Amino acid sequence: MPIIKTEDLTYIYSQGTPFEKAAVDHVNLEIEAGEFVGVIGHTGSGKSTLIQHLNGLLEPTSGKVYIDGQDLWADKSKIRQFRFRVGLVFQYPEYQLFEDTVAKDIAFGPRNMGLSEAEIQDRVRMAAQFVDLPEEILEKSPFELSGGQKRRVAIAGVIAMDPEVLILDEPTAGLDPRGRDRILGQLKEYHRHRGNTVLLVSHSMEDVAKYATKVLVMNRSHLFLYDETHRVFKHAEELSRMGLAVPQLSRVFTALAEQGFAVNPNTYTMQYALNEIEDLLEGRGYHA
Amino acid sequence: MEQIISAQQVTFCYQNDEGESHEVLHLLDLDIPKGQMVAVLGHNGSGKSTLAKHFNAILLPSGGTVYVDGIDTKDPQRLFDIRQTVGMVFQNPDNQIVATIVEEDVAFALENMGVDPAEIRRRVDEALQEVGMYEYRMHAPHQLSGGQKQRVAIAGIVAMRPKCIVLDEPTAMLDPRGRSEVMRTIRKLNEQFGITSVLITHYMDEAARCDRVVVMDDGKILMDGVPREVFSQVERLKSVGLDVPAATELIYHLRQKGYQLRQDVIFEDECAEELARFLKEQNVDADH
Repeated sequence: MPIIKTEDLTYIYSQGTPFEKAAVDHVNLEIEAGEFVGVIGHTGSGKSTLIQHLNGLLEPTSGKVYIDGQDLWADKSKIRQFRFRVGLVFQYPEYQLFEDTVAKDIAFGPRNMGLSEAEIQDRVRMAAQFVDLPEEILEKSPFELSGGQKRRVAIAGVIAMDPEVLILDEPTAGLDPRGRDRILGQLKEYHRHRGNTVLLVSHSMEDVAKYATKVLVMNRSHLFLYDETHRVFKHAEELSRMGLAVPQLSRVFTALAEQGFAVNPNTYTMQYALNEIEDLLEGRGYHA
Repeated sequence: MEQIISAQQVTFCYQNDEGESHEVLHLLDLDIPKGQMVAVLGHNGSGKSTLAKHFNAILLPSGGTVYVDGIDTKDPQRLFDIRQTVGMVFQNPDNQIVATIVEEDVAFALENMGVDPAEIRRRVDEALQEVGMYEYRMHAPHQLSGGQKQRVAIAGIVAMRPKCIVLDEPTAMLDPRGRSEVMRTIRKLNEQFGITSVLITHYMDEAARCDRVVVMDDGKILMDGVPREVFSQVERLKSVGLDVPAATELIYHLRQKGYQLRQDVIFEDECAEELARFLKEQNVDADH
C-alpha cells in the first residue's frame, strides 16, 4: 500500500470570485513508503499547495488524500494526528523558532503529541544527533546560533516527532555550498537510518539529481511526471520549456552524445560522469 | 581606471548583547572600476553581505574608508548622493515591493525624491523596458513569478539611474527560469548601460558569468581574479566551504586521474568541447 495517495486532488483558490484559480488540478499520485522524492516545479506550479495537503494543512476542494490508506478528511476531528505522522518543514523555518532554549524548541512537537517526559528527552537527543547539533548548543537560545545552525534546529523539531513522512520545502535556500551539502547529507543519512519517506522540494536540479530516488514534477497545477530520477531527467526539453532545467552535467553529456560519442546523454551525477568517460577511454562505450 | 567603489583598509566590528566586540571585516582593500560585473563569493558568515552594505552607506566602517564614486560614505551630507549612485537589491522580492501596481512600485523612490511627474513617467517606462517587464506595468505584484518580481525590484533601482547596483543573493529564492531571467537582466544593464554590478551569490555558475570573482573568507579577501583563474583553484575553494561549477569539477577529477585536459574550463559547452577534443586525441571514435 502506498504511504501517500491522492485521488483527483483539486484545490481552488478564491472560489466563486473573479480570481478563482485551480492551484492543484486533478492530481493522482501514489508514493511508496521509503522513497526519497525530489519535488520540482516552476514558481506557482502548485507544488507548495500540493504538499500542504499531505498533512491536512489544506483541505481539498475535491478529491481525496490518503496517508497509509487512511482518508485524511474522513473524520475532521482526527486531522491532528496526521500532522504528527507527516512532518512539514517550511521555507526559512528558522523564522519559526520561538522557545528560549534549543532543547525546548525541538521538544515542542513531541510535547504536543502527549509523550512522556523521558520519551520527549529521548526524541530531542535523537533529532539533535541526526542534524549534528552538539550537546552544548541544546541549552543555548536559538537566537545565538548561526543561520545554518538555526535551520538545523528547526528541522530537528520536525524530526523529533518521528514522522512517517518528512517533507521539506527548499531546506537549503540561502545556504552556502558547505551548509547545503551538510543538511542534505544529514537528511540522506536520516532517511537511510529511519527508512521513512522523505519529500524534498527544491529548485536545484543538481541536489535532486544527487539525492532523490524519484522525482515528482508539477507543471501549471498538474502532475507532469512522477518517476525514477534518471527517467525524469530524460525529459530535458520539456523540463526546460516549463522553466526548469536539467543538471549541468546532463547538458555536457547530451552535447557529447550529439557529437557522436558513445556516452549516455542522461548522465547527471559526478561519479556516473567519470565512469562514462573512463569506460569510453577503455573502449567500453555506452550503448542505449 | 576610474573606481566606482573603493574600500581602503576597511574594518567593521559590531557589539553583541553582552557587549563583546566581533570583527566582521578586517583591513579589507577592494577597488571596483566603473562598468565591471563582479561576483562576491564566500560562505555564510564570511562578511560578504556586511561588505555589500558598506557600498551604499547602510553600514559605515569602524576603521578605514569606503569611497563611492569618490565620496566618503562617512560624510552625512552626501548620503543622498551615495544612495542614488549605488542601489541595492535583496534576496526576497516580497520584502522589497511596496505598491499594489507594478509601475507604481517602480515610481516609488522617484516620487519620494521629488522628481518631476513627466520625468517619472519616462524613467519608469524606460526602466520597465530595460528589465523586460513593460507589458506587466499594470499588473499587481502578487500575480508575478519570483523572477518577474525580482526584475520589478531591479527596475525600481534602475529608475533612479544609479551607476552601480549591488545585488545580495537576488536569485536565492527563484526557480531556474527566474534565475536566468535575473542574470540576463543584470548582464544587459551592464553591457548596454554600463551599470557596474556587484553580485553576491552562492551559485557558482552565476559567478562564472561575471567579469571578476572576489572570494571572501573570515572578513578578508582570499582570492580575486577572472572566473577562470579563481575556479581553477578547486581545492582552495573547497577548503573555504565553496564549490566550483559542475563542468569545472568534472574536468578537475579527470585531471586528478592523470588525463591531459585544460584546467580553466568553467562553462558546460566548453567542457563538452574540451572532452571531445581529448577523446579524439585518444582515438575514441565519434561515429555513434
